[in-house]
Amino acid sequence: MSSIPLDYETLRLIWWALLGILLMGFAIMGGRDLGVGTLLPFAARTDAERRVLINLMGPTWEGNQVWLILGGGAIFAAFPPLYAVSFSGFYLAMIVILLALILRPVGFKFRGKIKDDRWRAVWDWALFIGGFVPSLIFGVAVGNVLLGAPFHLDDTMRNFYTGNFFQLLMPFALLCGLVSLGMIVTQGAAVIAGKTIGPVADRARTFGSLAAIVTLVLFALGGLWIAYGIQGYAVTSVIDPNAPINPLAKTVALSTGGWLNNYSLYPWMITAPVLGFVGLVGALIGLQLRLRLPTLLASSLAIFGIISTAGLSLFPFVLPSSTVPNSSLTLWDASSSHLTLFIMLLVTVFFLPIIVLYTGWVFRVMRGPVSTQSIDKNPNAY
Amino acid sequence: MIDMTVVELSRWQFAATAMYHFLFVPLTIGLAILIAIMESVYVMTGREVWRKATLFWGTLFGVNFAMGVATGIVMEFQFGMNWSYYSHYVGDVFGAPLAIEGLMAFFLEATFIGLFFFGWDRLSKIGHLVVTWLMALGANFSALWILVANGWMQNPVGAKFNPDTMRMEVTDFIAVIFNQVAQAKFVHTVSAGYLLGAVFIFAISCLFLLQGKHIEIAKRSMVVAASFGLASALSVVVLGDESGYVATENQKMKIAAMEASFHTEPAPAPWTIFALPGPDGGAPEFSISIPWLGGIITTRSLDKELPGIEELVHNAEARIRTGMIAYDALQEIRADGTNAAARATFDEHWADLGYGLLLKKYREDVGNATEAEIKMAAADTVPDVWPLFWTFRIMMGLGFFFIAFFAVWFYRASRGWLDTNRPMLWIGLLVLPLPWVAIESGWFIAEFGRQPWVVEGVLPTFYAASGLHFWDLVISLSFFVALYSTLLVIMVILMIKVIKAGPKDTLFDAPDSDDIDHVMVAVAATPATKEIGS
Ligand code: HDD
Ligand code: HEM
Ligand code: HEM
Repeated sequence: MSSIPLDYETLRLIWWALLGILLMGFAIMGGRDLGVGTLLPFAARTDAERRVLINLMGPTWEGNQVWLILGGGAIFAAFPPLYAVSFSGFYLAMIVILLALILRPVGFKFRGKIKDDRWRAVWDWALFIGGFVPSLIFGVAVGNVLLGAPFHLDDTMRNFYTGNFFQLLMPFALLCGLVSLGMIVTQGAAVIAGKTIGPVADRARTFGSLAAIVTLVLFALGGLWIAYGIQGYAVTSVIDPNAPINPLAKTVALSTGGWLNNYSLYPWMITAPVLGFVGLVGALIGLQLRLRLPTLLASSLAIFGIISTAGLSLFPFVLPSSTVPNSSLTLWDASSSHLTLFIMLLVTVFFLPIIVLYTGWVFRVMRGPVSTQSIDKNPNAY
Repeated sequence: MIDMTVVELSRWQFAATAMYHFLFVPLTIGLAILIAIMESVYVMTGREVWRKATLFWGTLFGVNFAMGVATGIVMEFQFGMNWSYYSHYVGDVFGAPLAIEGLMAFFLEATFIGLFFFGWDRLSKIGHLVVTWLMALGANFSALWILVANGWMQNPVGAKFNPDTMRMEVTDFIAVIFNQVAQAKFVHTVSAGYLLGAVFIFAISCLFLLQGKHIEIAKRSMVVAASFGLASALSVVVLGDESGYVATENQKMKIAAMEASFHTEPAPAPWTIFALPGPDGGAPEFSISIPWLGGIITTRSLDKELPGIEELVHNAEARIRTGMIAYDALQEIRADGTNAAARATFDEHWADLGYGLLLKKYREDVGNATEAEIKMAAADTVPDVWPLFWTFRIMMGLGFFFIAFFAVWFYRASRGWLDTNRPMLWIGLLVLPLPWVAIESGWFIAEFGRQPWVVEGVLPTFYAASGLHFWDLVISLSFFVALYSTLLVIMVILMIKVIKAGPKDTLFDAPDSDDIDHVMVAVAATPATKEIGS
């Protein structure tokens, strides 16, 4: 298509980056509510305290969740083979995530409608599950991507997944799950510490500091594991980044520590893990010094760093195959057509800034602490 | 070979989750607009009763919205989970409207619904009204984009199969967006949502009048609902006719099945009101028809024929044969990408490739299919006639019923006869489930009538499914049904509780004193709140 002003290679790179941005958008924005949800039963003890936390999320959590929905839609639009293989392959894991996510919207709406301790306790746990389970399993999924998934493609591009649910629970994948959980709990704690005061905020600071330390250790451990314990993938044939997609046209080799190759090829990439560590340390300090905004920024930076680390280590892979490595998907051979990528880029470049603007405005309108009084004033509070 | 049990279960799961999702979606679409209208009246007149009405219907709206979101998240991922070959095969075209829906609609809707509920005391009157309208706009945009996606499945324009990538790719995005089927579906579906919203508000208001409670709010709501409902009912029917018309253009088989017309009728075709299936569910032996009407509705003419099922099967058979040629050419191209002769053959016949794939149900090497297999595949293009025939009549009947219903009430409202007749109020209450019946029937017709295709003429449903295992689906389907049904029951109970409590300034129990405990009291004393970023 000569009429498209950007070449295919550039568009594929841009979309790969955009996908990363959307997923980080979800982890940073949606992670606020997943984190607060995970901390709900622990940081808040009484009904009044829990209502404070729930109403702290109330006005903005739905918009935050759309980052995830858009992430799903964008994978579909920009990398259809990735959408097809990953979600059908990780089927039962996805079902668990979805069942947990279903509990959130109803948990918010239903809980406050009946004044009964047992009723409310049920929904407190539902909101906890809705926060805890996705935070953990999304990380486990990323761990499995780093390990490679047992799938292959046939000549018609139909995919066959040969693993099962329990194989997803490998030690390394569980470690990644805990890193993900830890960074999201840190984020949740930063939000609580920023928007409330008193014992709830104190507990959040304790849990958050703990989570930041654990994440720090596990993230470092994950790095060592990747260097010495895990096979990385590399494309050994020549890649034509402008060719029509055909994942079967390449050859792939495995080597221990292979996921670190990119860091010697492109040394600037080392900033990603560094930002991960800096962010975590920053969040820890922020929580201890009772800073508000800086803590939240630091913990968001940690999420940014950690997720970029995973994405950059994998580059150019988006989903390696452990059983038939040549079937692996890379950003060069799993994308949409040139035209679709271009159109979707135009649409995104137009809408994303608008979204950021009005989301920012809503956060501004809703700024300030949440308290029992402010809840009781509002007839619509949860 | 494809496991047909897994295909069946995948279809059941998609159907069940989509039908659940669409219990809530049209109410969101309808109520959002009606609430925005009521709030506009409040802002213009400044009368408190309208604010109360907005708050009250808004509470019910919120409960419903939560279920819409809960069931919607599942939809977004199910294409990849259960229809992975579909996702690969058409994702280049189909994924785009889905992603645009997220960018343009979900963000708008979901971001502003938070302010709708939590922004009352933080925004000016006008500011809040704008928020409400933006939220309603989001819901309607969302319908637009998802129906562009769905319309493409019914009428796959603006795309071409690319043998190098083994998938459909966009050639003309404008054609995808301005697909006439998508446009017809959008207006018909959105009007159906408005109608449901109107009936919902109307029925509950009737209940209040029957109980002699909340008279002020009930009467005002009824006036709004009756006028809006009449307009919506009219547009549903007029635009439903449009749906039928555009479907005839590109889905003749669906129309033939809806009309149970087995043989081609000479123009102008009659329209069958009632028919009894013949032996084996075949051509009716007994029917009551209105002459000419069928031809007028479906072709807008007196001289165009309406092809019957038998003729269409015959056409399908011919297309299967060309599909086999296309399939063989495709095999050659896959084996050797430089084979120019094969490419030329493929380019000539690619439009029937989907028909060739119908044979995949019977054998892998499509090109060698036997006569008997070709006949069977052609017979597969006929959807199940009688369920379509009857659901279509139910939907249409309800369409005309609601025009009459709201016309009567519109008249009564203009005469001020809102609470004068108890039997009428009872009718007003009892019609509440009917719009849902019509709406679910409509989707059943649109989707079941498209079978055996998931994308009309392009991709057979059975060929589009993921290679999952039987137990994967048993587990997921049972969890969805159990969880959704439980939540649905809870939602209905909560709605009844909200309705019983009725409109008031504060919809929740007044704060008891021990609620305001030590925790947050100190907050009042916190000075600067500006530094708090979030
Ligand atoms: C005609 C309208 C319509 C149709 C056919 C569908 N939806 Fe829907 N959907 C909506 C209209 C809508 C809505 C009005 O925008 C909802 C309903 C209630 C709500 O909260 O938003 C919604 C919610 C909703 C959500 C949650 C959005 C949020 O968090 O705000 C998702 C992810 C989807 N839908 C996805 C889908 C998919 C993948 C569908 C196709 C199979 C689908 N919907 C059919
Ligand atoms: C929300 C309203 C909808 C309802 C109630 C609905 C209903 C159904 C039903 C009953 C089926 C099963 C048909 C059968 O297998 O016999 C089905 C299948 C399907 N529908 Fe829909 N549908 C809706 C919206 C959509 C939309 C908007 C899309 C696409 C954007 C879509 C895509 C599909 C797909 C992929 C299948 C599975 C394949 C198939 O069985 O045809 N549906 N739907
Ligand atoms: C005389 C009245 C009506 C006519 C002639 C009519 C016609 C149609 C037709 C032909 C379809 C199928 C479109 C397709 O094949 O894809 C359809 C679908 C549908 N109908 Fe109706 N309809 C009428 C009344 C109603 C009413 C009263 C409602 C609900 C309140 C309704 C809701 C729907 C819905 C939700 C769909 C599925 C979405 C779509 O395909 O547009 N219809 N209608």
